[in-house]
Amino acid sequence: MITAGIDLGSSYTKAAVVDGEGTLLGIGMRPTGFRLEAAAEEALAAALEQAGVSRADLAYIAATGNGRAMVSSRDLQVTDLTSQSWGSRYFFPGTRTVLDVGGHTMKAMRVDGRGAVRSFRLNDKCAAGTGAFLEKTARYLGYRLEEIGNLVENSKEAVAISGVCAVFAESEVINHVSQGREPADIMHGAMRSLIQRSVQLMKRVQMEPEFTLVGGIMRFPTMVRVMREHLGEAVNVTPESLVQFTGAIGAAVLARRRLEKLEAA
Amino acid sequence: MRYAGGVDVGSTQTKAVILDPSSKIVGRSLIDTGANVVQAAERAYGLALEEGGIEVGDIGFVIGTGYGRYRVEFGQAQVTEICCHARGAARMYPSTRTVLDMGGQDTKAIRIESGGDVLDFCMNDKCAAGTGRFLQSAAAALDLDLGEIGSIALAGTRPVKISTTCTVFAESEVLSWLARDKRIEDILAGVHRSIASRSIALLRRVGIEEEITFTGGVTRNEAMVAVLEEMIGATLNVSPESHYMGALGAALFALERLEGGVTAAAVGAGEEKP
Repeated sequence: MITAGIDLGSSYTKAAVVDGEGTLLGIGMRPTGFRLEAAAEEALAAALEQAGVSRADLAYIAATGNGRAMVSSRDLQVTDLTSQSWGSRYFFPGTRTVLDVGGHTMKAMRVDGRGAVRSFRLNDKCAAGTGAFLEKTARYLGYRLEEIGNLVENSKEAVAISGVCAVFAESEVINHVSQGREPADIMHGAMRSLIQRSVQLMKRVQMEPEFTLVGGIMRFPTMVRVMREHLGEAVNVTPESLVQFTGAIGAAVLARRRLEKLEAA
Repeated sequence: MRYAGGVDVGSTQTKAVILDPSSKIVGRSLIDTGANVVQAAERAYGLALEEGGIEVGDIGFVIGTGYGRYRVEFGQAQVTEICCHARGAARMYPSTRTVLDMGGQDTKAIRIESGGDVLDFCMNDKCAAGTGRFLQSAAAALDLDLGEIGSIALAGTRPVKISTTCTVFAESEVLSWLARDKRIEDILAGVHRSIASRSIALLRRVGIEEEITFTGGVTRNEAMVAVLEEMIGATLNVSPESHYMGALGAALFALERLEGGVTAAAVGAGEEKP
């Protein structure tokens, strides 16, 4: 019994394929763009190819992410919160608090031992506190998002960045550059301000350990390190190659559970 | 003959105005601020002097305003842009009681009394939503020039409803409307309405009293003027000088100092109050 999860995010569409034991068989990713349906199909095809499974063997598809309604091949729709909760528990069964920082949203949620979401808060009105904030800051500094991971590793001291508005950050960045501050230190400061915002959000859901960090932004080791310092606790991070796939994996696991229930009935 | 100068260093553009002793504008300039704020101030000032055919030595006093006012290193004093826009607006339209200044990164609603003294003001201080920057993002998403989106928006008949607050997210919302086959005219009309409604909320917080004078860079956008007038239900004072209102106000303050017998030599830089 093979199932798939497709996570249509604001920036990237991710797909994951799991087998009847819940083992991950394959993943695929495409930029979302504005042809959502096509992005979903392409990401799924890539995941199937990696899994060595044909489309006909796919028993059930669950869609998640903000474009989930656009996947017409779906059998099931689940919210991002539920899929991230299940995806986090796939890797770390002891997870009680999940922080998901994506391209356009930041979400904090508290989950119970059975994967149910008990409390959540999200920031979806404003780019400050999301990946877009880092992306803009990087662009003002003349770097691409892919480059900032290596860049901040060289930082010795973070520059204070207010992190209130991603647009205002531009003037701040320009001021710091003109005062001769290192791009690495400015980027490091932007990451710190982002972490401060996320910890505020986590406090509002009455966070408790274990903490699991998901979302594309957590692929930067500096983000994880700063978070660990802020919380004074260990944090779970999904393996780097899968960090963007938690939602898709969670959806695939939920698809399998739904199918099991249907078959048992 | 002693001339006076005003330099308004905005987040996006830098403006300079030179006034003759009768407070007539004899020179002005407008450039992009760019990354080097000090240089932008110098360059704008130099261009305004050149346009007026005035020597630096003929200038008796210079005041800096705008977010970069402390970087106007050749200036003798600084005045906030709120006071300068108020003063400029009151000079150009003496019956002004409300000023709406819409710039690249901020929008301000200012209530003034006759003569241009500020009674109250309100601005977007937390984020760039509802500022010229939102227009810039929308233009960039559609691959259009900032200068052309106003006239395109005027052709919109069924404005889309823009739900995004954040300027950064505006770009993806504009693209998502395109993906849903909405006309560019209607998308842009929606963008203008969304910014207008945010600035009207600011205006309401200080109280809207006629006449209303519209200042700042966004005044050049005819669709913004039209949609504001429609939504407020009143005519706005707008002129080609509106873009220079902050610099004009600063130059007027500088001229007052000269008339009051204060000269550049008599004061040091770093003073704030006019």
